[in-house]
Amino acid sequence: MKTGTDRVKRGMAEMQKGGVIMDVVNAEQAKIAEEAGAVAVMALERVPSDIRAAGGVARMADPRIVEEVMNAVSIPVMAKARIGHIVEARILEAMGVDYIDESEVLTPADEEFHLNKKEYTVPFVCGCRDLGEAARRIGEGASMLRTKGEPGTGNIVEAVRHIRKVNAQVRKVVAMNEDELMTEAKLLGAPYEILLEIKRLGRLPVVNFAAGGVATPADAALMMQLGSDGVFVGSGIFKSDNPAKFARAIVEATTHYQDYKLIAEISKDLGIAMKGIEISTLAPSARMQDRGW
Amino acid sequence: MVKIGVLALQGAVREHVRAVEAAGAEAFVIKKKEELENVDGLILPGGESTTMRKLIDKYDFMDELRKQAQEGKPMFGTCAGLILLAKNIVGYDQPHLGVMDITVERNSFGRQRESFEADLDIKDVAADFPAVFIRAPHIVEAGENTEVLAKHDGRIVAAREGQFLGCSFHPELTEDHRLAAYFVNMVKEAKEKQLV
Repeated sequence: MKTGTDRVKRGMAEMQKGGVIMDVVNAEQAKIAEEAGAVAVMALERVPSDIRAAGGVARMADPRIVEEVMNAVSIPVMAKARIGHIVEARILEAMGVDYIDESEVLTPADEEFHLNKKEYTVPFVCGCRDLGEAARRIGEGASMLRTKGEPGTGNIVEAVRHIRKVNAQVRKVVAMNEDELMTEAKLLGAPYEILLEIKRLGRLPVVNFAAGGVATPADAALMMQLGSDGVFVGSGIFKSDNPAKFARAIVEATTHYQDYKLIAEISKDLGIAMKGIEISTLAPSARMQDRGW
Repeated sequence: MVKIGVLALQGAVREHVRAVEAAGAEAFVIKKKEELENVDGLILPGGESTTMRKLIDKYDFMDELRKQAQEGKPMFGTCAGLILLAKNIVGYDQPHLGVMDITVERNSFGRQRESFEADLDIKDVAADFPAVFIRAPHIVEAGENTEVLAKHDGRIVAAREGQFLGCSFHPELTEDHRLAAYFVNMVKEAKEKQLV
């Protein structure tokens, strides 16, 4: 009997496919998310838009909040650790969190090295903007990917950019001859072995979810249509007027992302979505996607 | 060639489709209840059982699923799918489909860090089947007419009751398609019976 194998860690993310993972900050929100049909919740101290507003250093959530959420729901619970923060990750693992997000939403603890995720029994999800970044994270042992997008903006444009980029680069690798892959690995800054695996499988070896800017059911469906395996919604739900209704609508739009009549129906009278931010108005230091490499 | 549907509301659909095709049957992705009629057998995949149940209710699948179960359509539930099939769920008043005479307990091996791989001896299938358990349930009790097919650590992890097949683990996550082939055979037999 073996725990923490690649199959067990990647398989866990496979089971989340076609689903929505929602950011929550307490037990009450976690229950609303579960009731709405979320496949998992991400336990946080603040949602990304509040992290943006608060400024300062964003760290792992208070373990009490994480514990409270774990006790409130039967679906898996994820939590965020700072990039490169070995001890935050170990704390979350020790608490029995089901998945750790090594996340650029928090202030990085290490500006040179990401975590060696292979050493942990708990699986990790990491953000990516292109295939080089995706492959480096997989090389370090990430069992699941997500687009970085631009968290807490309610603006889908960056997530769209990232999923299109990664998928275009995957298609290119799959179509290449094997003797061209080493040069491609060099150009992308990607581990060669991961590119070989992508070529052999015809796709990424782990699931890739959408994250960073999903604010409406149509946004979620758009990301699914562009090839995401599922959707993370951060500030979008609990910063909207009617979180329960919004959450249900996003779940449905993710399942039936090509049923436009249905998405029209569920999008009616949802109330006001979160107020968004135009990306070009963000100062370079406020761009979370540029954290990590 | 028999037609096997995979309920595609959420979860590991692609993997089951691949396994069904590798086992020599035609696979169909089922997103609407009307599509259930066209298939000879149905797989309820792994995923989150609470999410799948919400979507089953939302899209009004339940009556049709129960009706087809009553009419004898073979069904195979893996992990969350096993929970959907069970007549009793520990800690819950109501089952989901509630068609297979077993009692299951959710997340009974622990959280994700306790998830594991182990080789299983599955009756009539394989002596060395690689099984991947992810936040897996187990069968606490099997009914009189339910045949236990495999145990791990003394716990029942695979069983069959006539047309129903269920397992705690995820055969679809490996390249070993022998359990999928076993289900394809069940579907073939059920179809032949109908024709006689």
